Amino acid sequence: MLNCKEVSLLVSRSRDRRLSWSERWGVRLHLWICEQCRRYQRQMAFFGWLARKLEADPSPMAGAELSPEARERIQKAIEAHRHDGCAGGGHCH
Amino acid sequence: MSGTSKLEPALWLERYGTYLFRYALNTLRDERLAEDAVQDCLLAALQAQAGYSGQANERTWLTGILKHKIVDIVRRDSREKPLETVDMENPYGEFEASFDETGHWGHVLAEWGNPETALENRRFWQAFEACLAAMPRRLAQLFMLREVVGADSEKVCQEMEISPTNLWTMLYRGRMSLRRCLERNWADGEGAQC
Repeated sequence: MLNCKEVSLLVSRSRDRRLSWSERWGVRLHLWICEQCRRYQRQMAFFGWLARKLEADPSPMAGAELSPEARERIQKAIEAHRHDGCAGGGHCH
Repeated sequence: MSGTSKLEPALWLERYGTYLFRYALNTLRDERLAEDAVQDCLLAALQAQAGYSGQANERTWLTGILKHKIVDIVRRDSREKPLETVDMENPYGEFEASFDETGHWGHVLAEWGNPETALENRRFWQAFEACLAAMPRRLAQLFMLREVVGADSEKVCQEMEISPTNLWTMLYRGRMSLRRCLERNWADGEGAQC
């Protein structure tokens, strides 16, 4: 029977790879009887919500702006490449 | 409205510069690296225009390219400053202390409530940002690469030249560290809603 410590590692791991059949059953059995680990599992699942949220709007975390210097540098790099390649762009001379 | 959208490279930086920068900054945790990510993304997008099907909107398409560039930059960054070596003998590391000698939790875990509601809450994001900032940068980057950017584990291992076990152990510690920090700095104040 797995203990909470082992289950905490496997629940984290399950977010990165598929657990083996016996690991899955071990975790499932433990969660069935352990309220604390069910909470832990919900906390880990919480992290899964971050991606969608931050892709829709990344600003709750980073409110920073691109500096004018960086903006200028990037714009110049883009212009240089657009005039090199002109691959299907709108305003190619 | 036609079914497909057209790319307008001349307007990318103006339209999406701030969005792409903030998205990259969340994971890379360094303004200079995030600027590089935006530039690499837009230059790669110029090259890739022919492959744009018009199905996804322009921003979504650019974000897809940005995600690849973020992985590349974490790899480059970790070549310069290699990963802290993790003690592999004991995967639990400092979190051994979260459990008693029988392997049970040593304290009561808080209920975090409904994620959808919590993620609308400014206090959550302040705590989350502070907790990530308190972690070693590489660990925070790895956590964000997996959970937010959605980079494939195998790809991350290849790029960073680390073993899967090493990656899983680091991610475990990253998640445990965030969990503990959020519990102290955010969930506690919310009051455990059982």
